[in-house]
Amino acid sequence: MRRPFEQIVAEYGPMVLRVCRAVLGPQDAEDAWSETFVSALKAYPDLPPDANVEAWLVTIAHRKSVDVTRAAARRPTPVETLPERPGVTGRPEDWDGDLWRALKALPARQRQAVAYHYLAGLPYKEIAALCGGSTDAARRAAADGIKTLRGTYPRLTDQSGVTR
Amino acid sequence: MTTASDPQAGRLFAALPTQDPPAMARLHERLVDQAQREGVLDVAYRTLDTPVGRLLLASTVQGLVKVAFAVQDHDAVLRRLADDVSPRILEAPARLDEASRQLEEYFAGRRTRFDLPLDWRLSKGFRREVLTHLREIGYGHTESYAEVAAAAGSPRAVRAVGTACATNPLPLVVPCHRVVRSDGSAGGYAGGPDAKLRLLAMERAA
Repeated sequence: MRRPFEQIVAEYGPMVLRVCRAVLGPQDAEDAWSETFVSALKAYPDLPPDANVEAWLVTIAHRKSVDVTRAAARRPTPVETLPERPGVTGRPEDWDGDLWRALKALPARQRQAVAYHYLAGLPYKEIAALCGGSTDAARRAAADGIKTLRGTYPRLTDQSGVTR
Repeated sequence: MTTASDPQAGRLFAALPTQDPPAMARLHERLVDQAQREGVLDVAYRTLDTPVGRLLLASTVQGLVKVAFAVQDHDAVLRRLADDVSPRILEAPARLDEASRQLEEYFAGRRTRFDLPLDWRLSKGFRREVLTHLREIGYGHTESYAEVAAAAGSPRAVRAVGTACATNPLPLVVPCHRVVRSDGSAGGYAGGPDAKLRLLAMERAA
């Protein structure tokens, strides 16, 4: 008994978009999301009925993000200067450029570990299987990433009322 | 996320919207386009509001495969389509533009027969023979279950005709509402007895 794919998009689409945005930033996230869900739709009939759909989608999103990053690296340089400014596309739904600037400054490993653990809820063991390395290394990457973000992205302390 | 070991850290991402409806609408449309182009959208569906309630319309690449009334529970119908046809199902109204147009014309009294490609895969054997015959019962006319059984070549299979009508995957388009009891009463209907009476009255009035 497999659910209609429309339900998979409705239930997990927003989570995958958050992950793609955190890993790739606002410019490339939607390309990665699209690649992820087309790929998932193709493979969906063969997915074992008891599979963890969330982890399956994050796995595909991880591979697509790697592809999108490689493609972006081959693009001419002027494009790379654009995402430095928040709200480049002028769309109201664009999220906080400050957070992406802070995330972008992290090593890719840390950014991935942070996104997959805190936004997708993946256990470190699965993050290790996805990104390579040990479970402990994945846990350290996420902890280091969060530590750096706390210093470079002041929003958390602003919101919780703690002195900066 | 509940599994995250440090909920404080999760708040770092408060600026990233957990729900972003405009982005999701844009991405959904893009997914439908790409799925169609690559031939992996096995079932497209939409809903249509009509005088007999909200209908679910579903189509494969071959044609219309399912019409369902609200009382049949659209979510349950979609789950069955996932099992019986394919789980590659997306809400993709464009593939159902023509079916929607013809149904709207029918309810407006401007159409007496449907001209649509149909995918019969959800109906097999004798039931399918019965349903094929139903398409010959003209607009505004009715036949009894016994008459349909005789026409299908099995005059004693009156109950089986009733089952064929009750399980018709394409009501309205395949007009099982035109099959009534021998005593003239309407009999059962997938869309409920009121919907059947309403359709019969509408066709008589036209």
